[in-house]
Amino acid sequence: MPAINSVNDFVVKFANVNGSGSASANEMFARSILRMGVPVASRNIFPSNIQGLPTWYEVRVSGKGWLGRRGGVDLMVAMNPQTWDKDVASLDAGGYLFYDSSRPIPLSKFRDDINVIRMPLTEICNAAYKDPRQRQLFKNIIYVGALAQLLGIEIDVLEKLVGEQYKGKDALIAPNHQALRMGFDHARDELSGRCGLKIERADEVGERIFVSGNDAAGLGCVYGGATVAAWYPITPSTSVAEAFAKHCRKYRVDPETGKNKFAIVQSEDEISAIGTVIGAGWNGARAFTATSGPGISLMQEFLGLAYFAELPAVIIDVQRGGPSTGMPTRTQQADLLICAYASHGDTKHVVLLPKDPRETFEFCALSFDLAERLQTPVFVLEDLDIGMNDWLCEPFAWDDSKVYDRGKVMTAEELEAGKTFGRYLDVDGDAIPYRTLPGTHPTKGAFFTRGTSRDRFAKYSEEGPVYQDNMQRLLRKFETAKSMVPAPVINLAKDKSQEKSPERTKYGLVFFGSTAPAAREALAALAEDGIHLDRMRVRAFPFPDAVSDFINAYDQVFLVEQNRDAQMRSLLVNECGIDPARFISILHFDGTPITARFIIQAISERLALTSREAAE
Amino acid sequence: MTYIAKPKLRHPAIAVNKLGYTHRDYEGSVSTLCAGCGHDSISFAIIQACFELNIEPHRVAKLSGIGCSSKTPDYLLGQSHGFNSVHGRMPSVLTGANLANRDLLYLGISGDGDSASIGLGQFVHCVRRSVNMVYITENNGVYGLTKGQFSATADKGSKSKAGGFNPDSPLDLVSMALMVGATFVGRSFSGDKAQMVPLIMAAMSHPGPAFIDIVSPCVAFNNHAGSTKAYDFVRAHNEAVNRLDIMEPREAITVEYAPGTTEEVALHDGSTLRLAKLAADYDPFDRVGAMNYLQSHAAAGELVTGLIYMDSAAKDMHANLNTVAAPLNRLSEKELCPGAKGLDAFNAAHR
Repeated sequence: MPAINSVNDFVVKFANVNGSGSASANEMFARSILRMGVPVASRNIFPSNIQGLPTWYEVRVSGKGWLGRRGGVDLMVAMNPQTWDKDVASLDAGGYLFYDSSRPIPLSKFRDDINVIRMPLTEICNAAYKDPRQRQLFKNIIYVGALAQLLGIEIDVLEKLVGEQYKGKDALIAPNHQALRMGFDHARDELSGRCGLKIERADEVGERIFVSGNDAAGLGCVYGGATVAAWYPITPSTSVAEAFAKHCRKYRVDPETGKNKFAIVQSEDEISAIGTVIGAGWNGARAFTATSGPGISLMQEFLGLAYFAELPAVIIDVQRGGPSTGMPTRTQQADLLICAYASHGDTKHVVLLPKDPRETFEFCALSFDLAERLQTPVFVLEDLDIGMNDWLCEPFAWDDSKVYDRGKVMTAEELEAGKTFGRYLDVDGDAIPYRTLPGTHPTKGAFFTRGTSRDRFAKYSEEGPVYQDNMQRLLRKFETAKSMVPAPVINLAKDKSQEKSPERTKYGLVFFGSTAPAAREALAALAEDGIHLDRMRVRAFPFPDAVSDFINAYDQVFLVEQNRDAQMRSLLVNECGIDPARFISILHFDGTPITARFIIQAISERLALTSREAAE
Repeated sequence: MTYIAKPKLRHPAIAVNKLGYTHRDYEGSVSTLCAGCGHDSISFAIIQACFELNIEPHRVAKLSGIGCSSKTPDYLLGQSHGFNSVHGRMPSVLTGANLANRDLLYLGISGDGDSASIGLGQFVHCVRRSVNMVYITENNGVYGLTKGQFSATADKGSKSKAGGFNPDSPLDLVSMALMVGATFVGRSFSGDKAQMVPLIMAAMSHPGPAFIDIVSPCVAFNNHAGSTKAYDFVRAHNEAVNRLDIMEPREAITVEYAPGTTEEVALHDGSTLRLAKLAADYDPFDRVGAMNYLQSHAAAGELVTGLIYMDSAAKDMHANLNTVAAPLNRLSEKELCPGAKGLDAFNAAHR
């Protein structure tokens, strides 16, 4: 019988039934490993349902700090009979199957290349508790206690976490401690030495924090100065608005008057939400909405208005699996094109692509500066993986000397001084015009905002040259945006600091957003096999020139995306005129986050094929 | 949309209001609507109301959707910022604008296609949310810009210019506004300036969601025999429940209840119709009574006009959201950003 032995480097997966209270117990398990100083990456894989359907929680333990999904499972905590076959099949050979052995399971349902750890959880609970709900809830805590013993997690760490979680509800602390102990003691007495996976105390977590992208987005909007939020509930973006509300209650209530320095409207639909954001932006407030793909579809007409009438708006899109209702609780990067080119007619929009919660915080705060400076909608594209999972990332930081860039807004004094005001006049040569806010001056600066064509002074016009003049300026404004959006992050595989001009590799790797940790891990693994690739992480659209410069420097680049149609490739080909043959797409779109193993395999197979072809 | 500027000449003896503004200061561009369009009368009534209320023109923000009615913000208040937005979606834009700066007067101008058809959802939700605004629908029962299709307020059985009959039941925006919580509801007729002006003035003085439905005949597509939105028909079926008198700005509105007063209205065909202008049994402060009255009179084929309902103790969206007194668009990073210190606690709580 093979048995995996590994310290601080393995994957644990919990298979549960949703609504059974497993989520908080599983999260406590992940946090306890972090408190042992060992990095973890945890991911919820859940159904669009409240109670009764299968849900999984995957914990990647990585002393080296790899935070993407690795692929495979070393320890399966199989608590859901509905998914038993699939769960057992997903284990790596030599892995461990931990299950509730209270009811017999036929031998044919097991595999002979895995190690089985049996624990009669239901029997233990039924003996200890009378209340059915308690039996259910404490079962989760009991298995966490048992796993702690099997893996070597200190029980004190878990007890402390229980104390923190139930702070203020002190009556719940002792029973939870008792349940933890029950599981721990059972494992010590009955299961000792059955598991070759171990957690050893380390110091690899440091100051890093464990936080979800949507929590970070809500906080980023507070820091970015958003005062108006309008939104409609939709998975997986709902928690952005909830986080904004939570952080506003903490940071934005005037201590003297008790009044709110924010306004949140739960709109009747996404059309209304974006309309409210655009109305607020027109009137000089920083405003945002948070939504997902179906909401973006509904917002199209308004987004065209905001582009054409040049109004600031921030849209946080937490992408899920499309099209249509698609896979509402699964992750994808499939809204790239609909955001980049939202609405009818010729349009292009600024899109920011954060890789983790920390960058989501930063990009959300930045998006308001960009929206007001460029007077246009700005999208922040999260995905469900970043948005709804806790990620280990660098602590958030803020430069207190930072001043918001409110863009080109003419004041009453400037108007009074006789400064020429033409709403769509390019005064500074950057194609960004000046605007005025309603109520500024009694006789100067008023204009009519409209979605119909107009001249440089906002007067209605259907003259062809006047229309084209405006459309060309909008294109030039998009050029200006290139220098303002976050530049790509480029890392050369053979870049030694002492070398002046490092040698480039033959192939490059391009990726963006939540695939970043898996992509980096894949490259590190390939490097150990002597395969080196330079890499670039794209962080925004429009693409700064460095993006096409990087791609054009290689024979070919691998491009990792979580969608079927290689949308980033389309965008790069279309916008940068890159030869399509330069791209080798690595596409992962089954709704789960991509794994390092998937990327390694895709690159290795392709390179093997190429070298075979070269040999023939 | 117009692009014709008005000449700047003005009569030396033109009247000025308390702020020194003349009528001309409240006007906009030259209207491009059809000659005789009811909408132009409404624009004039709005201009008159602002003049008489001594409103600073730039303290008004005028918003609209798409359609003939939605063009009219361009024809009034040329010193005010205007926003001609998306078809049926003005209410959400106005909501956002109001959230950003609670100090301006928000004037939403819409039509029956814009508010009762494509924009019905936004209309009711904006009212539900108690946005402080004056929301006027210029209701002609027809799509003008696309040449004469029925809108959702067209009465069942009414006849189109092309000869078709409308088989669908009408939506009554006044009943709907009452149902979803408007705290000022009026209905008027574009042919009755004396009723419109004080009604608009009262709405502008109201501190909550004020809605006025103004029946405004379309001379091009809906002013023929068999239409219930034609000048003749509306004049014949108009039942005004009260008359408003506006005293000094911001003072109480007095409503005359003296019954039996009558008015003579000259009709297009030269005949004269006597109309009872006041209903003795009508109480515009009783919401449920108003709803009953509207329904029973609508069943009798009468168009109830005047001040339908008012709640003097209205509260608006900002009160419900407990926002600060200062306009949100004026807050700076000093007031909005918790800074590096604010992150210390956040970071500590996530370890």
